[in-house]
Amino acid sequence: MKKLINDPTYVVEEMLDGYVKAHPNYIKVLPENDRALVTARTTREGKVGVLIGGGSGHEPGFLGYVGDGMADGVAVGNIFASPPPAPILEVTKAIDKGAGVVYLYGNYAGDVMNFGMAAELAEMEGINVEMVLGNDDVASAPKEEKHRRRGIAGELFVFKTAGAAADLGYNLEDVARIARKANENTRSMGVGLTPCSLPQTGKPSFELGEDEMEIGLGHHGEPGIRKAKLQKADIVADELVAAILEDMPLNEGEEVAVLVNGLGSTPRMELYIMFRKAEQILREKGIKIYRSYVGDYITSLEMGGCSITIIKLDGELKTMLDYPADCPMFVQK
Amino acid sequence: MKITAAEFIEYFKSVAEMIEREKDYLCELDRKLGDGDHGVTMSIGWQAVNQKLNNELADEKDCGKISSTIGMTFLNAVGSSVGPLYATGFLRGGKAVAQKSELTDQDLVEFWIAFINGVKDRGQAKAGDKTMIDTLEPALIALQDNAEASQNFTNAFNEAVIEAERGMKSTIELVSKIGRSSRLGDRSIGVQDPGATSAYFILSAFLKFVKEL
Repeated sequence: MKKLINDPTYVVEEMLDGYVKAHPNYIKVLPENDRALVTARTTREGKVGVLIGGGSGHEPGFLGYVGDGMADGVAVGNIFASPPPAPILEVTKAIDKGAGVVYLYGNYAGDVMNFGMAAELAEMEGINVEMVLGNDDVASAPKEEKHRRRGIAGELFVFKTAGAAADLGYNLEDVARIARKANENTRSMGVGLTPCSLPQTGKPSFELGEDEMEIGLGHHGEPGIRKAKLQKADIVADELVAAILEDMPLNEGEEVAVLVNGLGSTPRMELYIMFRKAEQILREKGIKIYRSYVGDYITSLEMGGCSITIIKLDGELKTMLDYPADCPMFVQK
Repeated sequence: MKITAAEFIEYFKSVAEMIEREKDYLCELDRKLGDGDHGVTMSIGWQAVNQKLNNELADEKDCGKISSTIGMTFLNAVGSSVGPLYATGFLRGGKAVAQKSELTDQDLVEFWIAFINGVKDRGQAKAGDKTMIDTLEPALIALQDNAEASQNFTNAFNEAVIEAERGMKSTIELVSKIGRSSRLGDRSIGVQDPGATSAYFILSAFLKFVKEL
């Protein structure tokens, strides 16, 4: 696969270098660790620190969400790999303003171990840490084993609500509570059309026929629930939304936010065609869409396909979702 | 037998070489089960280790420090899930041979037992889950049993590597229960686990190394 890169070994370093130079008013690299990035703005004392992180290759996830009203810092891993504890710890120390730090990351074995080790080290330095794991991917495990589910695009809602709560001055316990509530009320379901390839191998991460799609595809090209013949957008959207609603039934009159997330190489045109159908299904069920997000929010390099995410809202979550945010890759007024 | 710190370092360099040779094979296995990057991740980690071995650790005489430095270097280079797993293994292994400039048969047995137990404690996977533990657990049992009976490290480790290979191959028929590949369910059957495979490389490289001494 064609890529505009130099040496595949240094793609993450060169991306970070470019990123901080493009947005010097927003973000900076900590001198202690070149994979530890924090907001370039001054954060007030007593504010809960919001730390996000994960593998590279998901841009705008995760570094794109460091900014006002969102995260205060990010630990950056290799492509599709959790960052080690060292950058997580450095970010923690830099963004702790005396009120503790909340770690928001996806439920993957590597992330659980690395963030867990970092949290232990932070506690040893006297910093309180709460951890909230995103696990919105309906396809990744059955309902009875929800704790095994992975985090995908729905993590955006966790970052957004926790970031707002921290900015509003909530304490650590409440920021974590809101993040958990957001996660518990969020479900996602994806479809893959074309694979991505890692810069180091250049080989496609999975194989799909020209006329095939993979329902439930994971965010790193992990195989999904089943391969099927590619269908029209309406039929695919129907299947994705149905899987979400089966897992998290919604009653008439309830309010939600909807995110149609592109995986990297799917045009906005197709994402809006998918959204159109999702909106129609929800409207017919009497479910009100309070806010919509359509675009590339958490990607998998140049993978083709998308996911649909629905978050069930209450008054508190609506307040957090409405709160302004200003990040290089995410602005909401 | 006795292994000097310099020889211990040579062994780890041989692992780095082996991983580099097998990188594409490990990625190939992982493409069928996960995100296809296991070979890349192992290579990034072991290249960073190799760098350390050739520089800061080049004249290191403390086998414990060699092992623990390797653990932290590997961890900081890769993160991922193999980072904490192998880091914990090498930290525990390093503790077992702390401040020793030479390793006896007994030291080597203790090193590998501590190493495997470290990986097990960190990962919490069980034999049968289709992970590196399917390689390491049978090796651990064989090493413990045979070390006591034979009082000879090379013989005991030979048995351990035979069991490790059997364990690695057993993953072909297993359903993945842990990690990213677990979402495959029955579709994970038929492919050897890449983590079990690289764990086998690490053990078999040590056997090859001690036999050639």
